[in-house]
Amino acid sequence: MPVLASALDPRSAAYAENRAAMLERLGELEAAVTKAREGGGEKYTNRHHARGKLLARERIELLVDRDAPFLELMPVAAYGSDFPVGAGIVTGIGIVAGGPCMIIANDPTVRGGAVNPYTLKKTQRAGDIALANRLPMVNLVESGGADLPTQADIFIPGGRVFRDLTRFSAARIPTVAVVFGNATAGGAYVPGMSDYTIFVEGQAKVFLAGPPLVKMATGEEADDETLGGATMHATRSGLADFVAADERDAIRLARDVIRRVDGASTAGAVPPDPDAPAPRFDADDLLGVASADLRVPYDPREVLARILDGSEFDEFKPLYGTALVTGWARLHGHPIGVLANARGILFSEEAQKATQFIQLANAASVPLLFLQNTTGYMVGARYEQAGIIKHGALMINAVSNSRVPHLTVNIGASYGAGNYGMCGRAYEPRFLFAWPNAKSAVMGPQQLAGVMSIVSRQAAQAKGQPYDEEGDASMRAMVELQIEQQSAALAMSGRLYDDGVIDPRDTRTVLGLCLWLASRKAPAHAADPAFGVFRM
Amino acid sequence: MIRRVLVANRGEIARRVFATCGQMGIATVAVYSDADEASPHAREADYAVRLPGNAPSETYLRGDLILDAARRTGADAVHPGYGFLAENAEFAAAVLDAGLTWVGPPPKAIAAMGSKLEAKALLAEAGVPILPSWTEPNDVSEFPVLVKASAGGGGRGMRIVRAKRKLAEAMAIAGREAAAAFGDAAVFCERYIPNGRHVEVQIFGDTHGTVVALGERECSIQRRHQKILEESPSPAVDDELRTALCEAAVSAARAVGYVGAGTVEFLLDPDGAGRDQRDNSAGGDQRYNFAGGDQRCNFYFLEMNTRLQVEHPVTECVLGLDLVRLQLLVAEGRPLPFTQTPPMRGHAIEVRLYAEDPANGWRPATGTLHRFAILGEENAFAPLSHAGVRVDSGVADGSVVSVHYDPMLAKVIAWGWTREEAARSLESALTRATIHGVVTNRDLLVRVLRTPEFGEGGTDTAFLDRHPEVFPPLLTSREDQALAALAAALTGAAARRRTAAWGGLPAGWRNVASMPQIAVFDTPWGRTEVRYQLHRDGRLARWSAHIDDELTVDVAVVRLSPDEVVFDGAGVRRTFRVHTEDGVSYVDFLDGSVALVEVPRFTLPVAELPAGSLVAPMPGAVGRLAVTVGQEVAAGDLLLTLEAMKLEHTVHAPASGVVTELYVEPGRQVEAGDVLAVVDSRSHDQ
Repeated sequence: MPVLASALDPRSAAYAENRAAMLERLGELEAAVTKAREGGGEKYTNRHHARGKLLARERIELLVDRDAPFLELMPVAAYGSDFPVGAGIVTGIGIVAGGPCMIIANDPTVRGGAVNPYTLKKTQRAGDIALANRLPMVNLVESGGADLPTQADIFIPGGRVFRDLTRFSAARIPTVAVVFGNATAGGAYVPGMSDYTIFVEGQAKVFLAGPPLVKMATGEEADDETLGGATMHATRSGLADFVAADERDAIRLARDVIRRVDGASTAGAVPPDPDAPAPRFDADDLLGVASADLRVPYDPREVLARILDGSEFDEFKPLYGTALVTGWARLHGHPIGVLANARGILFSEEAQKATQFIQLANAASVPLLFLQNTTGYMVGARYEQAGIIKHGALMINAVSNSRVPHLTVNIGASYGAGNYGMCGRAYEPRFLFAWPNAKSAVMGPQQLAGVMSIVSRQAAQAKGQPYDEEGDASMRAMVELQIEQQSAALAMSGRLYDDGVIDPRDTRTVLGLCLWLASRKAPAHAADPAFGVFRM
Repeated sequence: MIRRVLVANRGEIARRVFATCGQMGIATVAVYSDADEASPHAREADYAVRLPGNAPSETYLRGDLILDAARRTGADAVHPGYGFLAENAEFAAAVLDAGLTWVGPPPKAIAAMGSKLEAKALLAEAGVPILPSWTEPNDVSEFPVLVKASAGGGGRGMRIVRAKRKLAEAMAIAGREAAAAFGDAAVFCERYIPNGRHVEVQIFGDTHGTVVALGERECSIQRRHQKILEESPSPAVDDELRTALCEAAVSAARAVGYVGAGTVEFLLDPDGAGRDQRDNSAGGDQRYNFAGGDQRCNFYFLEMNTRLQVEHPVTECVLGLDLVRLQLLVAEGRPLPFTQTPPMRGHAIEVRLYAEDPANGWRPATGTLHRFAILGEENAFAPLSHAGVRVDSGVADGSVVSVHYDPMLAKVIAWGWTREEAARSLESALTRATIHGVVTNRDLLVRVLRTPEFGEGGTDTAFLDRHPEVFPPLLTSREDQALAALAAALTGAAARRRTAAWGGLPAGWRNVASMPQIAVFDTPWGRTEVRYQLHRDGRLARWSAHIDDELTVDVAVVRLSPDEVVFDGAGVRRTFRVHTEDGVSYVDFLDGSVALVEVPRFTLPVAELPAGSLVAPMPGAVGRLAVTVGQEVAAGDLLLTLEAMKLEHTVHAPASGVVTELYVEPGRQVEAGDVLAVVDSRSHDQ
């Protein structure tokens, strides 16, 4: 295969400027992630430890295989909202007993692990990923239940979490609930709907109503253990399948369950090839590749040269529709088709080239990687007349109905319908990640402010009123700033429009893991429609 | 002419005899117990005959079975090695009666020397100096004395007694041990010289009337009266003393009509204490200079060993002779090829590598020897033809060290033109040895070789008592301990990496920095936790070791594989080799070796032992029960005895209480960690 060359000059001023800007964005990401990692803060962390309990991340680290990679998903959920960064849960894909699993862990140090609207959305997205990639689901449960002030946003949509659990079961994807503490009211249905349940002795509290509510409702006086302790559920109600001596023992049991059942959940998964050749160029230079100024397009081949096996890239139609680079490659041994914006704008040729390429990938059953850096489809009379909408629709049609796994990384701009054509969130890629410099919006901030200014000016003219130029300037500045902030990667990630903001240097690893997950296919016995396993 | 030799022995001495037989064109026959079925000696012989069972009394001490094996394999000669039947006159006679050649001294000579008491009397008559001795506890008029078994050798049963009131019990215990080991309960007491030097003379006689002394060996460094380091020549012996010792040894041999290889053991008394208080000790009153000094000394006959000694290789190296070959030639009736002592050349030192834990009361160690490699193994079982190291071993990779036999793994012998050169190559060979799976005295031997006093030749039988600093392991630097643990953690990670489900993804990768990876080891210096974090490309980013405190050493990983890690610390590269077997990582580097037992992340919940449980400190057989269930005991009371390696170990009550459980009965074989009894101290308090 042809090997990509690099024209990147690490001594150039542009490189230095790009790198400085990227490091600044990475600093912001790290600050946000630190907030998530700190959970409920020192006081609650210490209190939790003092009770002899493990933190959510400690539970996860113990659950996953030693030295295995762990991809945390949506770490900065709720960033920019009124809720704590991370949204009170930690979720990600870890390797448990040799198999990848979706892990969801409540963080009980964050408001008792209460579920707020972001928690719910993050949980549901984790469920979508698990279902699409047939990942066994391990819930590490310790949550006080719904955040009552926001119950109106949680209660009705929240039912989906329990529905999903049993649909996993029906799809023959195992689900395990490990209960470390509270799992009350609605939360009780997480173990209730799981294939396997493990309760920690002396800690698990699983009931529809606790002692005060029972007293209010029926006058009965009963303690926590009688209503919902591990031993009670293991010996009387049958809700607990295993009683664990302590938290560590519970994690041991969960690993044993996964070890037994994971093999049946997938067929033919292809792990990353240990012998795949590394890229010929240093991933560290990815920090200097992406333009500090999004209006300056850059060559995505500089990115590809740093993430593809051996930097080898077999470009398809290199002379046609050159603002979109398409071609074949391998990444950690997995064959992929790549679509990457080269000069921002998508013209009719690019749209048609993409359409053909997507069909070819489907014909060959090769997953597709979309590297977004687009300002959208070209506008203007000439292009409208040439059928840019029709050609854009071709591409969106192809993306929408493509059956191969899609992975999307926003490495710059993702504006307008370009976001759709390049497999934005609404087009359900298996995974969608953004670099810290990325922005997503209906259009660029200046354009948007400018459009608003023109529309206002026209309205003033129509009414015969004088236009307030001073007010216009401040309005434009304000709108630009607002759009700038809203479209930034961290803000988008906070709203859960992606699966996480990643360090550009991690791109190859993240994609390699995702391609492995995407190669998990339903085994024959999962094809028949079935009920989830009924808990008896 | 001998054509086929059966070696009535096992381990390294059997291999030693086979090696010479091979060179001489003599076919070989091994006998082996069940435990030794896969051992090198059983594999290497041309024929091998099973002796069913394991206990020496069922196997290597069964003369009848051995003679039957000789008959069935057509052997025409029997070599007894050392130990077992080597000094059993009846067996020697039975071999001869069966019409076979006995590669050893005449039965009469064995019998004459077999009882130390009788031998001393005989030698006193011949004018060889001896130490006073007593057979009745009540007759003993001076202390300290050494209690000895009259039969056997190897220090078994020996005890120093410093007060009269302890003497009777010590003699009783020694008698039991002697009876178990040698089938003869006779014991006696002898004047004890605390800082004497053990020097012995190798002698050789043939059937043509020649008896030659082949120089001396010094074997003063002993543990529990068993030699662990031997050298030739002795740094304490000059030409004058050597001549006197050799003359005494030759007269001892002549006194019993000795033929073949034998050793006459003497005690050098450096300050003449043994002489000045003499009452009934015999011999002249000549004094000798220690080599190179003006201190005066006397020597006394201790005993004569009528066999090839364990430490014969040092004599072989300094004389360039193959003593086993000489044994076979003499057994064939040929004359010795010399009538005078051949010239000695250079200096040879031997150490005995034992499976035992010196820091833990020399407790014998058992287990599977996963790896055993010492530089010099290519020079095995023969005199060295050039300066270097020779290794006579009875084990190989995978050998199982059992409770049934002597725990000696190998003898490592260095020969050099000077004592210093020999000591240096020996120390180096030991330091670089790969010994995995069984605790050994290797570190102690290295430390002994490094003491200035050893360098100056200042060895005596109290050497180890005087040098407690040789007991700790070589690896005592906290930083090196931390690095050894890191090496085990990282090589473990590299091994897991090789079979990892996640294939080519970088190990330990996190997109959100999280907790470090943790590896926990139980180590000789306590529990050690290693925390490490890897860069996004799998390189070591940060690490720390937690022993007493958090500790880290600034190192980079230059190379890493499942077997080896090369660290670069401040520009200096060091290689740590790691081999992991059954969850134990054996780390070897120039500055030490250690076995790190990885603590698993998860353990199955198990019932805890009841309070007051007493577990077996080592594998062995239960000897006597001193208590019964329900009996009240005081702290320190004897509960039962355990027999291991022919030694009697006692198990005492840790606190006052009531014996609530006794899980064993006499004769029961127990493994280390088995619960023997429970003493409930609470019930006593009530």
